[in-house]
Amino acid sequence: MLNTQGRPTHADEIDPVAPATFTGNRALEMEEALIFETGRLDATGVDIDEPQPFASRLGPHELKTPIGLPGLTEPETMRHYVRLSRKNYSIDAGVYPLGSCTMKHNPRLNEKMARLAGLADIHPLQPFSTVQGALELIDALSSTLMALTGMSAIAMPPKAGAHGELCGMMAIKAAIAAQGEGATRNVVLVPDSAHGTNPATAALIGFSVRAVPANEEGIVTAEAVKAALGPDVAAIMLTNPNTCGLFEREIVAIAEAVHAAGAYFYCDGANFNAIVGKAKPGALGVDAMHINLHKTFSTPHGGGGPGAGPVALSERLAPFAPTPFIRRDGDRLSLQEHDEGGQSFGRLCAFHGQMGMFVRALAFILSHGADGLKQASEDAVLSANYIRVCLNDLMTSPYGDRPCMHEALFDDRWLKETGLTTLDFAKAMIDEGYHPMTVYFPLVVHGAMLIEPTESESKASLDLFIMTLRDLALKALAGERERFLAAPVLAPRRRLDETRAARQPILRWTKPPPA
Amino acid sequence: MSQLRYSKDHEYVRLEGEIGIVGISDHAQSQLGDVVFVELPKIGDKIAQGGEAAVVESVKAASEVYAPVSGEIVAVNDALENEPSLINEDSTGNGWLFRVKLANPAELDGLMDEAAYQEFLKTLP
Amino acid sequence: MRYLPLDDQDRALMLARIGASNIDELFADIPAEKRLPGLIDIPRRMSEMAVERRLSAMAARNVSAGSVPFFLGAGAYRHHVPASVDHLIQRSEFLTSYTPYQPEIAQGTLQVLFEFQTQVAALTGMEVANASMYDGSTACAEAVLMAHRVTRRKKAVLSGGLHPHYAEVVRTLAEMADDETLRLAPDVLAREDIAGAIDNETSCVVVQSPDFFGNLRDLTPIAAAARAKGALLIAVFTEAISLGAVRSPGAMDADIVVGEGQSIGNALNFGGPYVGLFATRAKNVRQMPGRLAGETIDAEGRRSFTLTLSTREQHIRREKATSNICTNSGLCALAFTIHMSLLGETGLKRLARVNHANAVALADRLAGVKGVSILNECFFNEFTLRTSRPAHDVVESLARKGVIGGVPVSRLAPRAGLDDLIVVASTETNSEDDRAAYATALAEILS
Repeated sequence: MLNTQGRPTHADEIDPVAPATFTGNRALEMEEALIFETGRLDATGVDIDEPQPFASRLGPHELKTPIGLPGLTEPETMRHYVRLSRKNYSIDAGVYPLGSCTMKHNPRLNEKMARLAGLADIHPLQPFSTVQGALELIDALSSTLMALTGMSAIAMPPKAGAHGELCGMMAIKAAIAAQGEGATRNVVLVPDSAHGTNPATAALIGFSVRAVPANEEGIVTAEAVKAALGPDVAAIMLTNPNTCGLFEREIVAIAEAVHAAGAYFYCDGANFNAIVGKAKPGALGVDAMHINLHKTFSTPHGGGGPGAGPVALSERLAPFAPTPFIRRDGDRLSLQEHDEGGQSFGRLCAFHGQMGMFVRALAFILSHGADGLKQASEDAVLSANYIRVCLNDLMTSPYGDRPCMHEALFDDRWLKETGLTTLDFAKAMIDEGYHPMTVYFPLVVHGAMLIEPTESESKASLDLFIMTLRDLALKALAGERERFLAAPVLAPRRRLDETRAARQPILRWTKPPPA
Repeated sequence: MSQLRYSKDHEYVRLEGEIGIVGISDHAQSQLGDVVFVELPKIGDKIAQGGEAAVVESVKAASEVYAPVSGEIVAVNDALENEPSLINEDSTGNGWLFRVKLANPAELDGLMDEAAYQEFLKTLP
Repeated sequence: MRYLPLDDQDRALMLARIGASNIDELFADIPAEKRLPGLIDIPRRMSEMAVERRLSAMAARNVSAGSVPFFLGAGAYRHHVPASVDHLIQRSEFLTSYTPYQPEIAQGTLQVLFEFQTQVAALTGMEVANASMYDGSTACAEAVLMAHRVTRRKKAVLSGGLHPHYAEVVRTLAEMADDETLRLAPDVLAREDIAGAIDNETSCVVVQSPDFFGNLRDLTPIAAAARAKGALLIAVFTEAISLGAVRSPGAMDADIVVGEGQSIGNALNFGGPYVGLFATRAKNVRQMPGRLAGETIDAEGRRSFTLTLSTREQHIRREKATSNICTNSGLCALAFTIHMSLLGETGLKRLARVNHANAVALADRLAGVKGVSILNECFFNEFTLRTSRPAHDVVESLARKGVIGGVPVSRLAPRAGLDDLIVVASTETNSEDDRAAYATALAEILS
């Protein structure tokens, strides 16, 4: 009935080249101006009634000039940000194998729980009697993290991984000062392969950084650590599993050597997700370790935060934890917000840390349970190794053919003859609908490609990913350079001129001069 | 134009009287890629051979420039502020970084000449 | 397990392909005696329904702000957030994406950050803003370190009107970095002589307005005094909505402006996550911490956005970075940007007027309660009460009567002789009934 005019119901073969459009849009993919170009100073998407006349108490401080903030009505706002969102890749839409970043599934139950009025609509300075459930939740998460790490205390305030590092290193600095060695122990050992946050953190609080080399197998040996230790060393910052995706096999001996030299062992817990339920950092001799709740326990990355970085502390460091911390008197919970006379090193942020992330992380942990968390670690490691063995006949690994933990590391030696770079290969993955792996990190591996599939991919998804990478690798090795050099061609944008961005930085919109 | 002398950190110095003109080698600029920013010393600063004297930044890297010779800074290349690309275009000419009044001209003897530097580059991975 | 797609058959096939006979072979690098033989001693997996029940029970033990007359501020404020904001930030493409390191497939996040930076710069009256910090307090501490870099001096002077927790965060970081802080005594009436505390060693003065006690301060003479000694003025705010009603810190010559952005787009969340705002003059941009989005073009010449000036940051500069910050508050910044776009200048100014009107109405009403005096001359939506009984007891008694009435100053500044002061805030969410309930309860307690 509807097709009575004989309209064709199949697509004829047509020229595959997309036509240039008047709008610049490509069907579902739309160009979108800045709100400063489309918004209007008199437009608003929020209906608020003007107050009744009253006597202002602003005095001479009253604002009398325009601010320059355009507004949009609600339908315009929805369209603007929905269109922008569609220019983003996301874990919900596809494989996001960023090594070290841990892009795993973000359960929506966690979002729902974090929005319960009893958890989201409470103020950090309410009387304790009105937030007993919130304190119970923080206490429950902290106890669970102690069980998982085998450590004595958890400092909950740090707001991200790097903030956690700062917290742990401050506790160490305070402990050393309390021992009367503040003036002499001022060096921190950091392996070359460490995250940039490690040396940056150590330097931020006045330590100087001494590099420790990894061996040809990509791990730090106890021997290398011993050679770098001395009476001037305050701590070592060691990532385990390390940034090459390897478990530091000599970690126990390293911890013993560090302790024997009177120093502390800070473990960067960015990769804790590989060993949750398989080993406890506390048993390995760790004195302090941050836990990235946004990695290991899947609080969403949100385009770059917020994170949360609670720090597990050993018994020796626990007294130096920052304020506030939870106190329990019988059934009643409260926060100790000051520590006069105590040894707390001070305060890290205005309130008690990332409550919204605590709710999500606890929901994730409760959902998995002891069995699910262990299974998740095993699946993550299994998937990474599966990728590793399925690619290592074509791509080169810097540290040979041995099992990895949760991420598989390749270098660019296999590309040498092709004249292509790691970046070219990564950009070609974009055209195939994949987010590239982490590239050029760790810095110690030339042209590094670090692939972390996490536990969230099905076998079918892993197989397609592997076949795609194999196909690309074979094309690269066969000399099909152009597709790589031009890539991406199918993304919302081609490669960007980053030199231009840095040479003449434009960091905000400004009104163009009148034509 | 007098001869360039190179350090192992890829800085060069070219002597003009008792003043040394310092920059990074052509090899160094090609390794660094597009230079986007240069942090220069101040006139009057005293620098020591091997010490940090400037920073040259590309999009993805920041490299310290170590003083190839000791002395006092007598001029800096202000043109780099607006045109850091001069280093990519002409690192040993218009892309110079600073001029230093040499404290110890004998230090020059420890540096490589053009031929030795080219040989040195061949030994790098 | 509902979140794990692999089944036992998949696992067996994958192990076979790897050439391992069991999963523990892949964990062989963990010393055998350290490998856990069984399960960790926490409960086993729970269904979605069971988790929901457990967490809902915890939530039910809290008094949510929306359920009672509620007047807390002191660094976190309850505002109405339009429903569309929360809907948009939960879109998969925003919620489940990473830091935009591959700009070709992250233009959404990058353009949002560029809009955010522009909004923050306009709001604070500054030239450039970064893509956010963890919260206002950490932004404040980072600003002090930045001032040290810019001035090559190491002594910060903190106003007695600065939020006490912000002052502690600054002091903690500064002490750890072996820098000096001079913290002036709590300044309830905004009468301190801060200019007199600046000397030739001072790197910066940190002044908050509206301050912790609610006072509005003129920063212009402080900026001049700082400049005369070669120091910077760091202006701080904790209530971003105030910038819709009072002169911007930029207009008062601040060199660095930091603040808490939670009020716009973000819930109270018991203290986090929040969004730190950080703005400064263009000449200082290379000393700025945190990520920056910038405009450029792509290979086809189309306007595009990318993270830029990254050489300041830890992943490139390592121990020479301007800060160790990596993760910021991307999603909270998104909420801020969307809410601000909805408000626009018109909405923001009107919202600010309503806040101020409600606070004035509350102050007038409470001033009529016997045993209460209001200490502020000029204020925005927050002010300080002096009560005839200890503030802590008053606030607890109010809570028992179902009114969350304010923050006792002694909770943040104990043993400072300020035990009779309560900081009270009022926003657009308060009604006439709320004010009446507060005044009635307070009168009963103080009678």
